[in-house]
Amino acid sequence: MKLAYWMYAGPAHIGTLRVASSFKNVHAIMHAPLGDDYFNVMRSMLERERDFTPVTASIVDRHVLARGSQERVVENITRKDKEENPDLIILTPTCTSSILQEDLQNFVNRASLDSKSDVILADVNHYRVNELQASDRTLEQIVRFYLEKAKLKNELNIQKTDKPSANIIGIFTLGFHNQHDCRELKRLLTDLGITINEILPEGGSVTNIKKLPNAWFNLIPYREVGLMTAKYLQTEFDMPYVAVTPMGLLETENCIREIITVIKNYEPSYDFDFESYIDTQTRFISQAAWFSRSIDCQNLTGKKAVVFGDATHAVSMTKILSREMGIRVSCSGTYCKHDADWFREQVDGFCDEVLITDDHTQVADMIARIEPAAIFGTQMERHIGKRLDIPCGVISAPVHIQNFPLGFRPFLGYEGTNQISDLVYNSFTLGMEDHLLEIFGGHDTKEVITKSLSTDSDFEWSPEALSELQRIPGFVRGKIKRNTEKFAREQNIKTITLEVMFAAKEAVGA
Amino acid sequence: MKNSKITNTLTFDCETGNYHTFCPISCVAWLYQKIEDSFFLVIGTKTCGYFLQNALGVMIFAEPRYAMAELEEPDISAQLNDYKELKRLCLQIKHDRNPSVIVWIGTCTTEIIKMDLEGMAPKLEAEIQTPIVVARANGLDYAFTQGEDTVLSAMVQRCPTSSINEKQEQKSSLVLFGSLPTNVATQLNLELERCGIQVSGWLPSQRYVDLPVLNETVYVCGVNPFLSRTATTLMRRRKCKLISAPFPIGPDGTRAWLEKICDVFGVKPIGLVERENQIWESLQDYIALVRGKSVFFMGDNLLEISLARFLVRCGMIVYEIGIPYLDKRFQAAELDFLEKTCHQLNVSMPRIVEKPDNYNQVQRIRELQPDLAITGMAHANPLEARGINTKWSVEFTFAQIHGFTNARDILELVTRPLRRNQALQNLGWNQLVKS
Repeated sequence: MKLAYWMYAGPAHIGTLRVASSFKNVHAIMHAPLGDDYFNVMRSMLERERDFTPVTASIVDRHVLARGSQERVVENITRKDKEENPDLIILTPTCTSSILQEDLQNFVNRASLDSKSDVILADVNHYRVNELQASDRTLEQIVRFYLEKAKLKNELNIQKTDKPSANIIGIFTLGFHNQHDCRELKRLLTDLGITINEILPEGGSVTNIKKLPNAWFNLIPYREVGLMTAKYLQTEFDMPYVAVTPMGLLETENCIREIITVIKNYEPSYDFDFESYIDTQTRFISQAAWFSRSIDCQNLTGKKAVVFGDATHAVSMTKILSREMGIRVSCSGTYCKHDADWFREQVDGFCDEVLITDDHTQVADMIARIEPAAIFGTQMERHIGKRLDIPCGVISAPVHIQNFPLGFRPFLGYEGTNQISDLVYNSFTLGMEDHLLEIFGGHDTKEVITKSLSTDSDFEWSPEALSELQRIPGFVRGKIKRNTEKFAREQNIKTITLEVMFAAKEAVGA
Repeated sequence: MKNSKITNTLTFDCETGNYHTFCPISCVAWLYQKIEDSFFLVIGTKTCGYFLQNALGVMIFAEPRYAMAELEEPDISAQLNDYKELKRLCLQIKHDRNPSVIVWIGTCTTEIIKMDLEGMAPKLEAEIQTPIVVARANGLDYAFTQGEDTVLSAMVQRCPTSSINEKQEQKSSLVLFGSLPTNVATQLNLELERCGIQVSGWLPSQRYVDLPVLNETVYVCGVNPFLSRTATTLMRRRKCKLISAPFPIGPDGTRAWLEKICDVFGVKPIGLVERENQIWESLQDYIALVRGKSVFFMGDNLLEISLARFLVRCGMIVYEIGIPYLDKRFQAAELDFLEKTCHQLNVSMPRIVEKPDNYNQVQRIRELQPDLAITGMAHANPLEARGINTKWSVEFTFAQIHGFTNARDILELVTRPLRRNQALQNLGWNQLVKS
């Protein structure tokens, strides 16, 4: 047992559901007790989804414990098949079904006899993998299922497209700025004269999976999701993949170079002047290179920062801060413990120390010890920063609703470099401003901005009423106080008791 | 409006139980704040933890007095000894926070692997010298607010049986049960005081060490509709006398609640009618907005019957009351009151659907096109995109809705989507999905 207050990566089924609900016309059925369908709330709230999340729970209750859930699960699958006509139904195990040890595969086999849709069982174990590993696995499982199916039916055409083309794999729902990144990647590839073959799983259709091998290569923007699929496609269809995250100027350049290499391998006559493209983008289109050189960024030299997040974003951010901006990364860390070796290798030489943990108290202790000028982390680090009065830029999941901005905010590609520069600069200046305020004793306008008119009230507050007033949240306390006193004045009451307070509330509706 | 045959009695249906609600472990969110010297330990998996941290949002960062005892594979396969593991964690909690009570929340996992929490707690309690209360608030058996019910019914056992002040022994006293924010509890105390009735205690109290005296001389009355287990435990284990009344939600409910209590104590309340009318008077601006409008409760927190009854009184038409679980005995007075209210206002009786099926409900909402759907967050945005006004039901659980004083807050919630959408009505953006 582990005493835990907070976790960075969610349980396995969340990963499966994120992949499943990213596809079009795929329905997931969770084998879970009442209340475990919290995923629907997250998707509907955080992503502000307009459509009903295609996830249903096949409820495990007392009766199921007594009789087994076979009938219920099979019934729920066939029912969903009729109601929604999905292309695919994914039965998703949870921690509960892991310990019930029912033969879910058997239910899937039975249900698929009666359904028009394909039915598969997500092959994830709650106690072995986390959200990110599960999504990687589920995506590979779906891709493998449809490619094997196409092969059996002789529908597989592995002819490459005439023009250079790519699949983008790993963009999905509730991912950190994934939608924006996807748009930026499409732009980047289009600039290079490469067409987009398929994007998986977000907005993809499972019936199109059989077209995956037509692309010249696969682009895997994020380390966490898509690599398994890419590796499978490489072994099975000899498709090369590029897994350099194009985040920051140098890594975007690296990514482009790898892409060009892959393409020249197929088509040696491909002549795209990528050197001049990279140069123009870096020096003139993106503002990040110029920003690094400008005197603003000079002021950041040697300032201490701490980076923490998922492997992809923490690695890229560490490299950007230390290589492109001259900021000292005192500690770089990730909660992706399963990918620790890769992480260490990547940040080697770019930071003073490395922290691999999924315990947020360790991260907090590290930050308190280092006292950096800014933190780049997840929502958790933002809160740690608040407590320690250190500004934080959020660079990675887990995230809140404010990390699903409506405006265009990619982290990848050349536009991404601009966004990151803003984020870094704003975090540090805020810190600087705070610091200066402290030195000079804060804003001197404080007296003027208080709106309280009743500073010299002639009312007597009873101790109970006063303690009740203290319990009211600060931001409305003034208003309640004023309204209560106004009411008391009208009623000619001198002493404000609890009853007067409540009567005032009833009268004014405050 | 379709399906509008006036029916004269309440109809009860039961569907498949495929509906969305919060897991009952969410009760720790408000209970740890209410009981100031407690610590809640949820014994479950990452799934439970993930739910809590996401559902409770910012509260997580405020050093909460609750935590997960996260079960890992060796716990499930019994390679580790439950007792030793729990002892280690509880000692750590005692060391770090020194609470007056540790509440163990059993989850689905502890049920399935049959971890004997009730058996272990007394032993461990003796060993570490901190009371341990066990509540099985799991998703196999309960929905959302019923979590509080399991915790309170476990706490009944910990209440003292006789007061230190033996003089009071013969006099019958009143204990109210249900967790309310302290100021709301104070308001209800004051209302009863006005009627000449002294409340001798609340379950739960602000502090665990102040739990009320419970014995056969005590009358108990519930303030929330989801407390049926607690009521049963109070009657059977402590021989308390239960006052069955409608719940003090809305001015009508509050008056009926007060009158019932007064009746039991043989007191004639003075001025209650005037007080109720006065509150209704102050609500006129909001009532004008809701009168004649229709509402559909998808059901997820068991407050539905009381809220529906209040909204009918406000002049709304209730199409359907979805509810996770309906204890017809505990809610008898409330059901009766609902039926009477419908008769008085001559509106059709709503259909009550226990264990609803959300998919079917969405089909019914499409057909009925209610003016307002009260629903969970999973369905709110998709329904709004289809031009249906929605109010998140969870807000009713966390807002202050009890007593005369807070009637306005209920209508504030109910009318918010109507007021907002009034402003946007003429923009032509009601349907925001491609059909």
